[in-house]
Amino acid sequence: MDFNDSSEEAAFRAEARAWLEKTLGPPASRQTARSEGDGIPAAKAYQAKKAAAGYVGLTWRKEVGGRELPPIFQVIFSQEEQKFQAPVAPFGIGLGMCIPTVIAFHSPEKIKRYVGPALRGEEIWCQLFSEPSAGSDVAGLKTKAVRDGDDWVVNGQKVWTSGAHYCDYGILLVRTNPEKEKHKGLTMFVVNMKAPGVEVRPIHQMSGGSNFNEVYFTDVRISDSERLGEIGNGWNVALVTLMNERLAVGGSAGPEYGEILELARNTPSPSGKGSLLQDQAFREKLAGWYVSAEGYTLGKYRTMTALSKGQTPGPENSIGKLLNANRMQDLANGAIEAEDHFGIISDPDIAPLQGAFHNAYMWAPGLRIAGGTDEILRNIIAERVLGLPQDVRVDKGIACKDLPTGL
Amino acid sequence: MNFDFSDDQKMLREQARKYLDEKSSRKVVRGVLNDDAISFDKALWKGVAEQGWLGVSIPEEHGGLGLGRLELCVLAEEIGRAVAPIPFSSTLYFFTEALLTSGSSAQQAKLLPGVVAGGVIGAFAVSEGPGTPSPSSIEAQFDGSKLSGVKIPVTDGDIATHAVVLAREGQGLSLMLVDLNQAGVKRETLKTLDPTRGHAKLTFDKASAERIGKAGEGWDLAEAVLDRAAILIAFEQIGGSQSCLDMSVDYAKSRYAFSRQIGSYQAIKHKLADMYVGIELARSNAYYGAWALSTQSSQMPIAAAAARVAASDAYYFAAKENIQAHGGMGYTWEVDCHLFYRRAKLLAVQCGGPGVWKEKLVRRLELKNAA
Repeated sequence: MDFNDSSEEAAFRAEARAWLEKTLGPPASRQTARSEGDGIPAAKAYQAKKAAAGYVGLTWRKEVGGRELPPIFQVIFSQEEQKFQAPVAPFGIGLGMCIPTVIAFHSPEKIKRYVGPALRGEEIWCQLFSEPSAGSDVAGLKTKAVRDGDDWVVNGQKVWTSGAHYCDYGILLVRTNPEKEKHKGLTMFVVNMKAPGVEVRPIHQMSGGSNFNEVYFTDVRISDSERLGEIGNGWNVALVTLMNERLAVGGSAGPEYGEILELARNTPSPSGKGSLLQDQAFREKLAGWYVSAEGYTLGKYRTMTALSKGQTPGPENSIGKLLNANRMQDLANGAIEAEDHFGIISDPDIAPLQGAFHNAYMWAPGLRIAGGTDEILRNIIAERVLGLPQDVRVDKGIACKDLPTGL
Repeated sequence: MNFDFSDDQKMLREQARKYLDEKSSRKVVRGVLNDDAISFDKALWKGVAEQGWLGVSIPEEHGGLGLGRLELCVLAEEIGRAVAPIPFSSTLYFFTEALLTSGSSAQQAKLLPGVVAGGVIGAFAVSEGPGTPSPSSIEAQFDGSKLSGVKIPVTDGDIATHAVVLAREGQGLSLMLVDLNQAGVKRETLKTLDPTRGHAKLTFDKASAERIGKAGEGWDLAEAVLDRAAILIAFEQIGGSQSCLDMSVDYAKSRYAFSRQIGSYQAIKHKLADMYVGIELARSNAYYGAWALSTQSSQMPIAAAAARVAASDAYYFAAKENIQAHGGMGYTWEVDCHLFYRRAKLLAVQCGGPGVWKEKLVRRLELKNAA
């Protein structure tokens, strides 16, 4: 056992770090959460430099602009980027999920058309799967596409689309045959987000921010040449997208045990004797947060080890988000309660860590739902890792249009 | 980055699993459980000695295989998986680690070959009564040659040939090495929650003893042994937890209720998924502990505490929910769930309970953060 890079990995890491330092300046400290849309021009400029330096598509095939490096190199580059707070968030979904799906299913000409601009940050992509009545049960979606000559005409609504307001293209899962069972009547398309009939409305989240959108489609025309995979095979295409999601979604981005430990050092304890850090109940909680945070980080090292041996990480990675989202909520709650009445203050000039505990408290409920709810992740672990049988399905053998919806 | 066991170590795991499946079957475990007169399986103990397992961490000069702690971690996980009824942990994680870290070369040369062969069974005696021991609570006394006092409970104290004992010497505490087969030692077998392992009350009345390590350093030496044992026990706990999860998964697939496999219900699925998450969390922390132990890292005290906290929580959860998943059957003597429920508790308190280790973890983090 060791935590060392191989000599090749170490050389790559040093080279990446030098390039990041030159491009972004010295490593950055924590920033409070900001709406992803704020820094789009800066993010695009960074992505263009990154592409010019050859740090994009590290694991992809050379003919689509990649470098065909083993996945461990992508992990190393991302680790270094994180230390520099590189503005990569707007490209996560596009390059992590959408473009790999395009590469897997689109025509050679279209792959050529889309991959380069996406890698260089000139075009940003979003993923349009969830609907108001199809979240965990996304295969029950209702947005429909009807064939009209060489085109399809799309009507319906998507929801929780990250970044739709600044995106250029999206991958869109729609129903092309409501007469079939729900998983069998779906088809995937590439949609131009600037096309007539596409309307993006930001969602006002309970946190007050707006990271996500509703997207309405009214008679939006999509050429059949923008279809990904066969008609009716959209579910299998979506599974490829979601498989990539597990590699893309991860870190907690909230305050961790070290930060709450320092907070507690300078906060009086409930007993009135000494600091909160001397309070036994608090110490037990702190131990739990440490074990969870370290377990997550160390688990990633186990995944990296598997990657560096050429193995593909499977559904077991679902535990990362489950742990992180819940720890984020619990730790933020602990910090607020620790401060007693003072804990209610959000003003970043007064609140500890410029309000980072409040941001985490208000972000965590969304994180427990986004990208697979806690409950869906537990189902995935139970079914795909432990091999337990699927739940009884009352929608089998029934045409999608005849399924009860409660509406 | 290589945060995994090597292929050779994985092969050792496979061999150990195969061996224990046969030689430490549940029938063997129940043989000890159901017989008040015995507290370990002699044939199994002899067998693991013949397999060389008792010597994996012991240097070749003392007859061991001189492999290392990672191999011992691998074996510990399998011992835990099988709920093996042998004094493996007392002898290797505590007694042998104490000798290897604090013993003189003469003490090592005298006893370690016997450990490798299986003739020496070791115990580690700290507790003297209810609650967490502290430097001021230890009352056993060493007067320079003789040891007097009471230790209760001592895991495997009823069958051990030797013990390392924490006792007061002058103003401080020291670790003592005691041959238990002498007139000054009285053993009384104790009934415990886990009858598949032996326990005793040891009363020392001017028993011959010799110090191991320096006088007055006993508490720190004992803490160092506990850190090492905590990591190794974490692997036993993970092995046991994994057995619980495996049992639950098998049962959830075969048991029907309301004309469905119970494993198709989310109430069961989510319970088992949570077991899995707890075990993986424990595993990642334990691997770090294994790395720290095998490299003598300065991170070992923190790694050991985190490994122990995670593994104790994981095993308790897996053991109690394994019974729940089995329903009424799980509450019967004949179904094996209780073997793990019992062992989980022994391992959780054997070298200090979860609360103690959470406290140790935070104290160590405080120091690290302040540094």
